[in-house]
Amino acid sequence: MAKQLINLHNVFYQYEQTVALRDINLIIEEGDFLAIIGPNGSGKSTLLKIILGLIKPTKGEVFLFEKPVSQFKEKELIGYVSQKSNSFNTGFPATVAEVVRSGLVKKVGLFHRYPKNVRNQVKQALKSVGMEMFAEKNIGDLSGGQQQRVFIARALISDPKILILDEPTVGVDSKNVRSFYNMLAHLNREHNITIVLVTHDVDAVSISISHVACLNQTIHFHGFKNEMDSMSDKQLEAWYGHSVRKVDHHSEVQS
Amino acid sequence: MIDAILNYQFLQNAFASGLIIGVIAPLLGVFVVVRRLSLIADALSHVTLAGIAGSLYLSQSFGALALLNPLYLGIVASVTGSLFIERLRRLYKHYEELAIPIIMSAGLGISAIFISVSEGFSSDLISYLFGSVSAVSRQDLWIVVSIAIIVILFLSLFFKEFFVLSFDEEYAKASGLPAKWIHILFMIVTALVIAGSMRIVGILLVSSLMTLPVAAAMRIAKSFKQAIIYSVVFGELAVLVGLVSAFYLNIAPGGTIVVTSIIILLLTLLTKKIRIKGVQIQ
Repeated sequence: MAKQLINLHNVFYQYEQTVALRDINLIIEEGDFLAIIGPNGSGKSTLLKIILGLIKPTKGEVFLFEKPVSQFKEKELIGYVSQKSNSFNTGFPATVAEVVRSGLVKKVGLFHRYPKNVRNQVKQALKSVGMEMFAEKNIGDLSGGQQQRVFIARALISDPKILILDEPTVGVDSKNVRSFYNMLAHLNREHNITIVLVTHDVDAVSISISHVACLNQTIHFHGFKNEMDSMSDKQLEAWYGHSVRKVDHHSEVQS
Repeated sequence: MIDAILNYQFLQNAFASGLIIGVIAPLLGVFVVVRRLSLIADALSHVTLAGIAGSLYLSQSFGALALLNPLYLGIVASVTGSLFIERLRRLYKHYEELAIPIIMSAGLGISAIFISVSEGFSSDLISYLFGSVSAVSRQDLWIVVSIAIIVILFLSLFFKEFFVLSFDEEYAKASGLPAKWIHILFMIVTALVIAGSMRIVGILLVSSLMTLPVAAAMRIAKSFKQAIIYSVVFGELAVLVGLVSAFYLNIAPGGTIVVTSIIILLLTLLTKKIRIKGVQIQ
């Protein structure tokens, strides 16, 4: 049986009077490529914050690498790629290499300098996302899709076991969405990195992911992607809150 | 000029303090600017003024405190102000910028009261407001040296954490960095630099030495490392040219340093424009 990397047990979260999440039971195993999908306001970001240990659930338990989240200190094992548009100052005077290097901050630890071979590590991380030619470019000069790849390289440089991505294709033009997901699939298969991504884009499930979790305050479905494909439009509508039409990115790109 | 510096202690104090401040103010200023906290420097300088005015009043009213260096109370006020700003930014989460006018007006208000109730320290006060070449004492110089040691130590210990926090705060928190504590330390160090710089540049212009060299550097820097190097070079140049011209023209160094910084900024803007035009012609 594969190792349980993330385990949420009966998680409940309330913001003042509003229930954001209820009865969340979710197990993510090593090697999974999971998309957590749901409409805006379904609690996706809250769920991510709970997994990352940024907020504590009102009720329930969270285990990371089979340890209670409060006892889990090896944060470098979890690579996080935040939603680009929310957190990144595009005018920041930094090169791609400087940004990627900063992904080692937790692994290196307080009061220590970056290791001597940091240049090679940066090069390798950029190579794994196909961005090695851009090391000396200014981060603000890249396109949305290229910036997201750089942020993935920043997460990869500390050799994480899990990569968590928050709405990774926001700001990525539709032509590059497919190659972006292909790159994630490559990391999942070839580097054995467990991938969890959160998106409001139902179309994302038509790409190379293995598992899907449908979230709207609670989890309406969690299973293999092909099991979700057999969900009727009515079932999808009941979960999403309004009518949903599945679009295959592959056929869209080819046409 | 060199002869004058060698012969007069007050000039040695002013130039040594100026050159140290020319390094530490832009060095920390790079982080202040990229974190979009430029106005906080202004708010803290006004709080420092309250401390200085309070100290001048106390030394006038109580004989035992006559020899108290106003810089000490200025530092206390600045650091306290920085902690208050942090508290207010957390209280008004959705209106973080509100902390700046609150603290700035509190600082100015308290200063106005002390200035009104005291008598006859206007000339002292003018030197604190716009800086002075002649008023920097040896004690002031040692305070600046101590602050510089703290800043350099702090930046060398937390440089990489500062970078992450400045570039992407959410990522920093998700990486498990003690973001809150690092930020509070950053605010305290910023407060110290402002209090230390004020003897040379003056309270009203101190934030300019943290922001103008950085604004010029950001126009031409291609990396964060370059932004830091250019900022320090421009800061030093502004202080040096500013102090020399202030000495010869017998005017407040705050003004000459700021005007030099503005000229450097304009030159970088012009250089960039010429470079872009050159590329377009090619």
